[in-house]
Parts: sequence; structure tokens; C-alpha cells
Amino acid sequence: MGAAEAIKPLSEARTRDLATDWPIALYETLKAAGVQHMSYVPDAGHSTLIRLFNEDADVRTNVLTTEEEGVAISAGSWLGGKRSVLLMQSSGVGNCINMLSLPVQSRFPFLTLVTMRGEWAEFNPWQVPMGRATQASLEAIGLTVLRAETGADLIDTVEQAATMAFDADQQVAVLIGQRLLGKKKW
Amino acid sequence: MDRRQAVKKLLDARQGALVVTGLGSPSYDVHAAGDRDDNYYLWGAMGGAALVGLGLAQAQPEKRVIVITGDGEQLMAFGSIATIAVARPENLDLIVLDNQHFGETGMQASHTGSGIAFDRIAAAAGFAETAELRSLEEVDKLAEKLKEHAGGPRLFVLKIAAENLPRSLPPRDATFVKNRFRAHLGLATC
Repeated sequence: MGAAEAIKPLSEARTRDLATDWPIALYETLKAAGVQHMSYVPDAGHSTLIRLFNEDADVRTNVLTTEEEGVAISAGSWLGGKRSVLLMQSSGVGNCINMLSLPVQSRFPFLTLVTMRGEWAEFNPWQVPMGRATQASLEAIGLTVLRAETGADLIDTVEQAATMAFDADQQVAVLIGQRLLGKKKW
Repeated sequence: MDRRQAVKKLLDARQGALVVTGLGSPSYDVHAAGDRDDNYYLWGAMGGAALVGLGLAQAQPEKRVIVITGDGEQLMAFGSIATIAVARPENLDLIVLDNQHFGETGMQASHTGSGIAFDRIAAAAGFAETAELRSLEEVDKLAEKLKEHAGGPRLFVLKIAAENLPRSLPPRDATFVKNRFRAHLGLATC
């Protein structure tokens, strides 16, 4: 980790330029919320967060073959006393729906951060249907869905979503708008 | 072999191990051996048992975690074999009660009667130890082996008779079972 990425406590994380440095501020926000466990299916929009968690000796991470695995792992982690977060792209939400009956019916704290595809400057039409269905699908199975379109809004949203999940036993998805993530470069 | 006898042998020797069960008959088998606070029964979320076990094993590295599930439930979690092999917990054992059928839905044949062998799949994925067991005598030896430290995840297939035994129903209140389990570990319930 370079000097520019030295981790700051949450109060100082808010002094970052959140228009550009939101991924590291997001990591600091989740750490301040007591997250010690993370599972992911990679997405370009989550790449900095995935790297920071993988480099953190205090956080257990799991790379998944499909997103719903992370829903079950998160429940197991809470059974054992650890706060977990699941990272995925909007296309993965459709894979999760039945497994989400586990946190919904058991009232497990559940927090997932979903990077959106198919909604803003999208070049791949195959991303559009699931992008369009993401919020409705999550709400249909019983999750609270929040959205953020700017870095500053995202940090606020994730901070309070972590409180709702881990202190109030809620199941929360935070959608990170594709407008914030920017156009995919390739 | 008789599934209830096999499961009871494993649980009688659990020595404080935490137990997660897959939906359907494995939940009934574990409940029939004695309802306990350190059992977590699934009544749904098919494909979730092994992975609930992984998350629990990672959060409680000083405890052994035993997942007891069926061939149908584990077939829906095929990818979990890769995820668990890569995570490489040293305190997680998967027990697949394999009757080669979907017993809850009318005994339709499953893949495990047509050449899909989870012990060989897990071995190929890099599990520390795997085996297929066909007798209660072998289960006695396994019960002792499970007490020993493992160098990584282990998976054992128990070939059991395809029969629907009288149901022994665990609580269906998932929040109650969750909170009871966490209280057993000394954790707050909300």
C-alpha cells in the first residue's frame, strides 16, 4: 500500500476528496463499522475495495464461484460473531434471490454493496435487463435498497446501512450507481 | 446403511463441534439425535449448508464445524467445493448423506447414482481428506477421525439407504434457532 493510501479513521476519511477517493473511504467506513469478513465476485467497480480487504490481515475474504454463496457465508459468519459484507455486480443479484430467504427469514444482519451495470453509458446490452431488474428483485425478496450516485452520498449511505444491518438486524443492499463508477474502459 | 444410526454415531462423538444441517432429511436426522443449542438447522436456502458452515468456521477458528447435508442439497452447491477448497479452513468437515435420490420430493434419482462422486470431486479440488463410506463400522472410525486436527477441509460421503423415515422436526422459527445458537457461543442476540 502506498503512502497516499495510508488508512485514516472514519472522521478523517471524510476529509478525502470523495469524488475520486471514495473507494478507499468506503474501505475505511466498513472497517469503522467493525467489518472483519468479506466475500466477493469481482467487479471492476469494486477492485480497489477488494484489494484493500485482501491486503488486510484482520479481514477474512472469500472469492466466490457465484454470488449466492456469499449470502450463506455471511449468515454463517454472523452465527459465529463476525460482521461480513458481500460485494457483487448487479448481474449477480439475480443469482441470489432464493438464498436471500436465509437472512430475510432468519433476520440475519446482511449488507451487500452492488455496483450497477446496464443503466448509464452502458456499451453491453446484455447488462441492461438485470440492471433494470436489480432494485425490484431485491425489494421483492424483502431487502431494503438504498442508492448512491456520488462519492460523498455513498459514504454516508454505507455508514448508516451498516448500522441498520448490524445493530438493527436488517437486510440492506446499497446500489452504487454506474454514473459514479464511470464508463468501463477496455 | 441406516442414516439415523450413522448421524447419531457422528454426533455422539462431536465433542463441542458446531453443527449446521442441510434442509430436509439431514435436519430431521440431526434433530432425532437430540435437539441442541449448538445445532443450526436449515429449512430452506437449498445449497447454503456448506457455505453457512464455511462462514461459521472462519468466524470461530477455535471450534470444529460439521455440516451434515444431503446429496441433493450439495448438488445445488457444487461451486462451494471450489470456494471451500480455496478458503482452506482447517476446522470444517462436510458430511454428505447420499441416498442418490431427492427424498423430499418423491424419491427421484439424483446425479450421485449416475457417476457423480463428491468425495472424488472434493479430492480433485484440493480438500485435505475425502472418502466414501458404506458401513456403520466405517462411520465409527470416522467419528474418531473427526476429533483429530485436519490440515484443511474434509468431505465424507455416507452412502445411506433410500427411505423416508418418520420426520423429527426441528423448530421452524429461524430467528429463534439463530439466537439460541449465538447465545450458546456467548454472543448477543441482537
